[in-house]
This record gives sequence, C-alpha cells and structure tokens, in this order.
Amino acid sequence: MAAGAFAESGADLQLEGIRKTFPGFTAIEELDLLIPAGSFFALLGPSGCGKTTTLRLVAGLEDPTAGRILIGGQDVTAIKPHKRPVNTVFQSYALFPHMSVIQNVEFGLKQRKVPDAVTKAHEALRLVELDHVANRRPSQLSGGQQQRVALARAIVNRPALLLLDEPLGALDLKLRRQMQLELKSIQAEVGLTFLHVTHDQEEAMTMADTVAVMNHGRIEQLGSPQELYELPRTGFVASFLGQSNLFPAEVESTSGGLITARTAGGVVAMPAERAVVTSGAITVGVRPEKLRLLSEEPARDGLENVLGPGRIVDVSFAGASTQYILEIPGLGEATVFEQNMVFGSVFTAGSEVWVAWRREHTFGLDAAARVEAAEAARGDEPEDIADSVRVDGEAA
Amino acid sequence: MSTAETSTAETSTVQTSTVRMRQADARRRRPVGSWLLPLYVTVAFLILLIPIAYTFAFSFNDANRSNISWNGFTLENWLTVCSQPDVCVAFGNSLLVGAIATVIATTLGTMIALALVRYRFRARSSISLLLFLPMATPEVVIGAGLASQFLTIGVAKGLGTIIIAHTMFCLSFVVVTVRARVLSLDPALEEAGRDLYGSPRAVFWRITFPLLLPGIVAAALLSFSLSFDDFIITYFTSGTVQTFPVYIYVAAQRGIPPQANVIASAVFLIAIAATLIFQVVSARRASRLKR
Amino acid sequence: MAISALVPAGTQAPHEPERRRGGLIALALLVPGLAYLALFFLVPFVSLLITSFGINDTATYGGYYYAFYWQNYVDVIAAYWPQFLRSFWYALLATVFALLISYPIAYFIGVTIRERKLLRNLLLVLVIAPFFISFLLRTLAWKQILSDEGPVVGVLQFVGLMGPQDHITGTPFAVVFGLTYNFIPFMTLPLFASLDRLDTRLIEAGNDLYASNASTFWKVTFPLSLPGVISGTLLTFIPAAGDYVNASQSFLGGPGTAMIGNVIQSKFLITVNYPQAAALSILLMAVIVVIVGFYVRRAGTDDLL
Repeated sequence: MAAGAFAESGADLQLEGIRKTFPGFTAIEELDLLIPAGSFFALLGPSGCGKTTTLRLVAGLEDPTAGRILIGGQDVTAIKPHKRPVNTVFQSYALFPHMSVIQNVEFGLKQRKVPDAVTKAHEALRLVELDHVANRRPSQLSGGQQQRVALARAIVNRPALLLLDEPLGALDLKLRRQMQLELKSIQAEVGLTFLHVTHDQEEAMTMADTVAVMNHGRIEQLGSPQELYELPRTGFVASFLGQSNLFPAEVESTSGGLITARTAGGVVAMPAERAVVTSGAITVGVRPEKLRLLSEEPARDGLENVLGPGRIVDVSFAGASTQYILEIPGLGEATVFEQNMVFGSVFTAGSEVWVAWRREHTFGLDAAARVEAAEAARGDEPEDIADSVRVDGEAA
Repeated sequence: MSTAETSTAETSTVQTSTVRMRQADARRRRPVGSWLLPLYVTVAFLILLIPIAYTFAFSFNDANRSNISWNGFTLENWLTVCSQPDVCVAFGNSLLVGAIATVIATTLGTMIALALVRYRFRARSSISLLLFLPMATPEVVIGAGLASQFLTIGVAKGLGTIIIAHTMFCLSFVVVTVRARVLSLDPALEEAGRDLYGSPRAVFWRITFPLLLPGIVAAALLSFSLSFDDFIITYFTSGTVQTFPVYIYVAAQRGIPPQANVIASAVFLIAIAATLIFQVVSARRASRLKR
Repeated sequence: MAISALVPAGTQAPHEPERRRGGLIALALLVPGLAYLALFFLVPFVSLLITSFGINDTATYGGYYYAFYWQNYVDVIAAYWPQFLRSFWYALLATVFALLISYPIAYFIGVTIRERKLLRNLLLVLVIAPFFISFLLRTLAWKQILSDEGPVVGVLQFVGLMGPQDHITGTPFAVVFGLTYNFIPFMTLPLFASLDRLDTRLIEAGNDLYASNASTFWKVTFPLSLPGVISGTLLTFIPAAGDYVNASQSFLGGPGTAMIGNVIQSKFLITVNYPQAAALSILLMAVIVVIVGFYVRRAGTDDLL
C-alpha cells in the first residue's frame, strides 16, 4: 500500500504473537488474531481484559512488547500512528473543542493534504445526518450527535481499518440501539473493516459478524455470535454471554458420538463434539431458555435430558418472559426462562417441578468452568487497569 | 404479589413523612445566621477597598509634593500626569521590565511545565524542589542573594539586572499555572490528532498549543502582575534605575506627588475594566452556546 | 485562571497522564528554564552563603574578605534576635488574623453564592482588586488614614478609647494590621480554590446525619478545605516574615517595630555590611525552611508543587 493512498475497501488485520506488558502487570499475554477484510468484528470482554490495549496497539498509540501487527499484509508494527491507514472512534469522542464540527471532520483529510477536503467532509456529515450543524462547536452538540461527528471524522478518511472503542457507552438505551443499527448499515455500505471493542455482550452479538471474547489478556473463544452463544467452550464465555446453567458431573461413558455424565440430580447426555472434555470431571451446561418446566416427571424418550425434582424458589416476571429459579437437591440452583405464551406465570413459587431439554442443546465444559463463570458473573472488576492505560508507572 | 404491593405502599408513606420532617428541620436551621455572613463579607470588602478609594480620591488632590492633607479637587493631575517626569519614567520602566520578564518567564516556564507533565525522568523530585524554592523564599533573601551575586560578578545594577531578577521569580509561578492547565488537557485529544494523521509537530501546534493558550495567557498575566507590583527584590537589584514601586518607596520619605496616585488609579481602573469586560464577554459567549 | 497559581496541592485536576520516557525533547524543554533558575537562584544563594562567612572590611565601602568567619552568625544572632522573634511573631499574628478574616469571605464566595456566577466573579475580582494598586500605595493609604491627623484616630479620641498622646501608626498594631491587610488576597484565593471544589452534598449529608451546622463545619467542611488552608498560610507566613515595608518607619512602622527584613535591608543597602547581611538572610531562610518543613510534614502534604 503506497503511503497516502488509502483503501476504498477494508483490509485484513492480523495480529501475530502479540504480547504487551506494562511495569507491574501484563495486559496482553498472547494474542493471535485474523480479522478478514470488510467484516464487522467485535472484541468483547470485561474491564481490564486487555481489549482497549489491543485497540491502541492496532492504532499505534502503544507499541507491543513482542509480536507483529499486519494490515493488508503489510507489517505496520514499527509505523507511527499518523502513518497507519487506521482511524479510531474514541470512547470519549475526543472531538477537538476549539474547532468547529466541520473543522474536526476535515482534520485528517487536511493532514494528508487530500484535495477537496471540505466537500468530502460535508459528505461524511451527510452520511451521519449532521451536515446542518457543521459550523457549531462540539460543546453545543448532544452526546449522540457528538458520537456521530466522531464517527464521521474517522470514516471520512476511508481507512482500511476503523477502530471503535466502546463508542456507544455514554448513550442512553434508545439512542444506543439506534446507533447500533446505523453503524452496522454504514459498515455494510462503505465496506470498511470495523473492529469494535465493547463490554456489552448484547451490543457485540447484535452488530458483529465475528466476536472474540477476551479475558485476562487472552482470547477465550472466537466465532460468530451464534456459535459463541450456543456452544461456549469455557465457563467464562458461557457466563459472560448471556446466562448459563452449569452443573458439576462425572463422565460415565462415551459411545456412539454421545457422552453420558452423571450429575447429582440424574444422568444427562450430550453430543461428543459439544464437549470440551471426554472423561473425568465435566461441567454440564445448558442455556436457561432451552429448558422446559414440567409439573410431572416426564417419560424418558432418549431425546431429552431430565433433571429433578426441584422446587421453585423465585418467580420473576420480565414482560416477554418469566424467569424461574429452582433448587434441585444436590445440584444447586437452576435458572429457566419461559416465554410468556399465556397471561401470568404458569408455575408458582414452592411448586415441585422437573426440567427437561433436548440433548443437542447441552454443552460440556471443563471442571474449572464454574469458577470461571462465577468470575464472569461478578461483572466489571473494580480496578480497571489494562483499559485505562494512562497509569503512571511511578508511585501514584 | 399482594404482600409486595402493601409493603411498597407502606415504604412510600414512611419516605414521605421522613422527607417532610427533614424539610421542616432545614427551615428551622436556616434563618439564624443567614444574614450574618453576607453582612460580614460586605463590611470586609468595604474595608479591603478603603485604601483604593483613598488613593483614587487623593489623585484629585490639588497638591504638589506632599499629598497628605486635602487641599481641593482638581483634574490637573490627571491631565498633566507626566509633569513629574520621574513618575512617568518609573512607570515606563515598570512596563518595560514587566513585558520582557513576562515573555521570557512564560516561554521558559511553559516549556518546563510541558516537560514535567508529559515526560518521565529521574530527577523529578529535585526539579520540583528547585521550582518550588523561589516561591517559598522570602523576597529579602532572594533580593540579597541576587545583589550579592551581581556584586561578586561585577555586573552593574540597572534595568538588565531588574529584568533578570523578575524573570527568575516569575518562572515558578508560570510553571505552576501552565502545569495545572496541561494536566487538565485530555490526552485523548492528542491521541486523536495522531490517529488522524497529524505529525507530532502538527499535533502540538494545531491541538495542544491552542488548548493550552488560556493557561499560558493566565500565566503571562500573573507574571506581569507580580513583576509590576514587585518592590523588595527590585529595590535590591535596581541600583539607580527606578520602577514604579521603587519610586514610590523613595518618594514616600519626602512626599509622593499626586501624579503617582493618578498612575496607580489608572492602572487599577484599566485592570478592573479589562477583567470585567472579559467576564461579560465569556458570559455572553457561554449563553450564546447554550442556545 | 491566575488563581490556579495559588491552587493548593491536592486539589488538582484528576488526570494522571501517561508519561513518555524522558528523552532529548524533555531535555530541550527543561534545560533552558532550569539552567536559568540554577544560575539566578541557586548560584546567588551559594554566593550569599559564601559571603556570610566573610569578614567585613570597615575600611572600604562594601568590601569584605573571604574567610570562614562563622562568628558572623553568632554576632548577628546576639545582636538581632529580638528582630527575629518579632518578625516571626508578627508574621504568625498576621497569618492567623488573615486566616480568620479570609475564611468566611472565601466560604461565602466559594460555597454560599456558588450558583450566582456573576456575583461570584464580581466578588473574586474585588478580592484581587487591591493587587492592582501598588502595595506601597495601599500601605501608605493606611498610614495616612490611621495617622494622628486622620479620621480613625479622631473618632477614637472623641469616643474616649484613645488618649491625646496615643498613636496607631508606628505601633506593632499598625504593622500587624498592614501585614494582615496586604496578605488577605494571598490567603483568600487558595481558600476559595479549595472551598470551590467542596461538594455541597457532603454538607447536606452532615446535616442529614444529625450534625449541627457548627459540627458539620468542623468535621466536614474545614478538614476538606485543609489543602487551601495550608497553601494560604504558607503563602502568607513566608513573605510576611521577610517583609520590611510595613514595618518601615516611612510606612506603618515605628522605632520599636523593626523586623528582620528591615535589618537585612539596612545592612545591605545602607551600612553596606555584606557579610552580616548575608548571614542574616541565610538564617532567615534556614528558620523558615525548618518551620515550613515541620508544618508541611504535620499537615501531610507531599506534593508541594
């Protein structure tokens, strides 16, 4: 790629053996990633997992301790940020307060001495429907408008790779949903490669073609949102994306492509390819919405797993669905989401129930999965280290 | 469900009555001292401003040398300010010294402030100490030290030595002021500049510097004020040259002509006017932005 | 704006920026200013130190021999310890009074009328206003207002609080009054900067938790404004201790009110006894450093800058 010539379509991003340490801790242990050109890729993880550090490495705002970064096949590891074909939409938007909106948008073009900068800037503003505020200052705009200007400012440069650092965090729910759809349509329209960093799993799943879940400086799992959701491979992914029921078990046998495991509440089976381990201790997982609640013990038909009896300890009405929490002796708690097909909840607290689900909806994780899941369920860690890189290495 | 509803209703009743009790409490507590503080502040300000009013009033005094007792009202002093040439010369010296010292101190100080905030280096605490010491040293000591040094080197005291001295003690104040401004600068803005293809030089001049400018201007104003009003250090390093404060000190023994009051009052009025205009302009700009 | 120069430590902007490794650029930025300070602050200081050990040559004007005549220090302490003590006493009084007077003003501007931006800015300007009149003229104005022919003495004599032989000017009272007056802006601004950042919800929380107004002030407001108190007291005490204008006989002072600054000034510029003047300066500096050191350590501020 010649200097100054920027792609009209997106480029691949490849991270090879990336490692990043700061004085005192390691933000990124080992990262190998390939993001195909033109895709919408989400890097998902809790605060402190290293996702923002990854973004800054790609942008060139940080240098990796080890490893290479390649954009469109070209090694850019040693190239300074102002020479990389990459643009960032910052979490705080970082709009220049002393310049007008149009001056902000045309900044990158002017720096690259692109002809017709003003026209192109107006075009970009029209794309985000903000051409009418071109002469205002950023402080005069609402949060949502600022976010769109930040996007226009980045997109107008037609970078091979667009980085978005949790850009929707500061917006209210409705605006966020709207922006999610807009971002997705802009990406499809312009054909750039988007790398979107977020801790909001719903956002990642809605917008991205491919999602990578990061935890403690490593990628735990990578795949399409559906893959990740329906077949998590670690306890962390199982709990970070949506909710999972996880039960400890021992593998009894594997035959005919099926793994049978004994839990404290009964025997369950799952397809072998949906399990991470095939012998010894295993964690049986199933999503709450895949579970059926039954008031009587069902007949075993060989197609479903059954656990029970259990007692309902909590009923929460959530509009479209009802969330039940039940206690199964020996197993602990299980969560069930039932769609509200009728008015009101079907089961009441205290009733005795059985749960059943189709075998192929089960997934099997290793024994440590429940511990990892507890960590994911705790939510954001209090000390946001890797994500707030502006820490003075000296005493502070 | 019904139990939940009743308990919610009960909670809200309790909450309402608690709020009402607190409001009543607040009403009872407020009135006792609420006029005392404004009264005190008013009196305090009146006393603070008495000397200013006095100086201003006596600039109109029809006196020649000894401006102590009131002789009569005249505008003559204001119209013929430089009929006492010493006063105007001293005033001019003060302006000159202030301007030059401000320029040098602001430049050097801004550079130091930038380096302090943006870079890591080992001697940080000793450098901080070196910058802090001039602010903490009594002016007598600074003045004596400089006078002693000029004597040892054999440099004649004059305008040059005054400028050197003023630059020195203004430097630390500039560093503190600009540093506060640099700290408040969002680093993401400069990162955005680099991300948007700005070379390091472009980022500095198009983003960092314009955003630092209010702080630099504030530092320059502070530096000029400190220099203009300085007496003690100047007296030690000025030799025969007189700045405005030195002139007043020397003249205090034999009698200060009202023209000095005129100049002082004029400076005061200009400074107040400038400050007020600045306030009004920024207030108006702020309300315009809100629209 | 300029107020931020007096912003007390501990109330700075929360941003701790990422620092790049000090390289050539850092050096280029630092060296000019630091070299200047080294040359015109450190070197004079050393020069003063050397001079203080010299022997005064009474034969020549301002001449002295280089020696290690530490006797200078003994001599000046023996001769001038009253002025030393007096200086610190006056400075202490002025600082305490300035604090007592300025705190309510700073509180009023920074907390009470925080919402009324226009009034607040106006009052801030009025606090700084005395700066714009040369401080010598301010002090002279007080001298004339407080003089025997002035209105204040007249009223007090009329009311009977003062006898016909009493003065105000030339007394310690006048000197301390002058010192206090001149340093009120130095005390008010850091206090204001500190109180301005006070979260009023904390005061509400105090009241909510059944603390009386006085209790809330001592337990909540005052401790939180401590950085401002420390800055203000330092900014007042240190210059006040070395001041000589207020105590000068041309201004508010009298024969018995000479402060150490007056002595240094006269030794330096009038009697031209450089070794003794230098010794006095060093002593003043040393005592102040010790006092400030203890004070700051007790108050617990690390980052002075």
